[in-house]
Amino acid sequence: MTEFEVPVLSVKNLNKQYGPGCPHCKEGESETLVKNYCQVCGTVYACRDVSFDVFPGEVLGIVGESGSGKSTLMQCLYFDQEVTAGAAFVRSYENGEKNLFQESSQQQRYIRNHIMGKVYQNPLLGLRMNFSSIGNIAEKLIAAGSNHVGMMESRGTELLNKVNIPVHRRKEAPKYFSGGMQQRVQIAKALSNNPPVLLLDEVTTGLDLSVQASVLDLIKSLQRELNISIVLVSHDLGVIRMLADRTLVMLEGKVIEEGLTDQILEDPQHPYTQQLVHSLL
Amino acid sequence: MNTAYNFAFFDEGSKREIRRATLKAIAIPGYQVPFASREMPIGRGWGTGGLQLTLSLIGKNDVLKVIDQGSDESVNAVNIKKLVSDTTGVETTEETHDATLIQSRHRIPEVPLTKDQILILQVPIPEPLRYYEPSESETKKLHAEKEYSGAWLMLFEQIMKYGSMTTGADHPVLVHERYVMAPSPIPRFDNPKMDESEALILLGAGREKKVYAVPPYTKVVSLDFEDFPFEPESFEDKECRLCGSTGVFLDELVDEATDETVYQCNDTSYCLEKLNAVGVK
Repeated sequence: MTEFEVPVLSVKNLNKQYGPGCPHCKEGESETLVKNYCQVCGTVYACRDVSFDVFPGEVLGIVGESGSGKSTLMQCLYFDQEVTAGAAFVRSYENGEKNLFQESSQQQRYIRNHIMGKVYQNPLLGLRMNFSSIGNIAEKLIAAGSNHVGMMESRGTELLNKVNIPVHRRKEAPKYFSGGMQQRVQIAKALSNNPPVLLLDEVTTGLDLSVQASVLDLIKSLQRELNISIVLVSHDLGVIRMLADRTLVMLEGKVIEEGLTDQILEDPQHPYTQQLVHSLL
Repeated sequence: MNTAYNFAFFDEGSKREIRRATLKAIAIPGYQVPFASREMPIGRGWGTGGLQLTLSLIGKNDVLKVIDQGSDESVNAVNIKKLVSDTTGVETTEETHDATLIQSRHRIPEVPLTKDQILILQVPIPEPLRYYEPSESETKKLHAEKEYSGAWLMLFEQIMKYGSMTTGADHPVLVHERYVMAPSPIPRFDNPKMDESEALILLGAGREKKVYAVPPYTKVVSLDFEDFPFEPESFEDKECRLCGSTGVFLDELVDEATDETVYQCNDTSYCLEKLNAVGVK
């Protein structure tokens, strides 16, 4: 395999369930489930056997209705939640030979701090609202081992410039910013340690159209410039069409369709995908 | 001596429980050990943590010194001393050399402590990461994973806001290259005295129900940045107006009548000792 063909991030058979499971639902494979919910024991199967690869410089889109397990998947990848079963490998960590989910919590923190960046749908989760914007960026840099104020300040200023936060507001706390600005600070923070893998969870949901466009523009240009790989979760097909090279469609915790974005949007195979594409206004 | 109470106010079981927590604290330098903080005849937040440590450790042959912000004669210090001597009958002193147990609020004495002494500090907020992360269960995880970016971030924010680190007291320290610890609100000036200290240093927080320790000869490093090194308060060119000492922690006093600023030793017993030695008046 050439360099180009080695995935940056590879996820294998990821499973996440809430609840113990019972003989009735047989670990989520049975047809007795109502959607992804077992009526007997109350277990919810949020992610069922999700596998995918992300290649260098690629944007992988994940679409699906709400409750389809997209965000759970992202939370598992960023270790915000523990997986029930499955494996994930990152090329830049131990040569991609170690299952990230089985590493110690210290190692997982190392991976989060050094190899990954995440932008949450809700800026409250990704930012410290009472600390300055530049401090928020410094937090990630400090976590990644930086101990030089001058260097962190210039890097922070550079990033905030990139995401169009005026220089004179860099020492203000994000709680005084508009939603769009908060989202841009979050993106700057996630990018600060040059992560090879960036996870974006519904970044533009809830923003107005012009801000949405500028955030998307920003992501696209940063991705081109820095050649990072992105996993992008959205229920907005417009966003997916604009950014994603390849797309997974999720329903009830399973990946039901996967392919090039254009292919999925033009020629959907699965009935749910067809319905989804046809609902596009 | 008031014999209506058991020796040292507490029952033996209570003292043993506190000592057991103390032993654990000494075994894990800088780690906050929870303990069952007792009801005391003084209010929580008035030195109950330190007092419980003192009462649990004191024996018939001990000599006790109590300091409150450098003073042996403030109300708080006097009352604590009275309570202990009332219930134990031990001798109290103001001379730092003579004491075997020194309970202190917010100062480490100027006279270097020896291996035969134990310094007990009263702590209001034992958690160095509290301002950064309000949740106790979260800060516990951060300590477990040695994730201390928050401690540095707080210092970074001060530099961003004011141009330098502005912790007047309670400047966080890294103990034995493992745990970040709040040294209790001692001035930065006293932080270096903790490093490789000959005396055992115990810290008790009664309200927060935590005990922690710096064992003798333990490395204690104040947190800082490469380009913003830690600096204790400087009293260059200043001397005590009473005893003429230099290189000690001085209080700044303004004479309102003449608008003159004068300086005076904060450690009253040290000042008195100097005065007695030169035989002034």
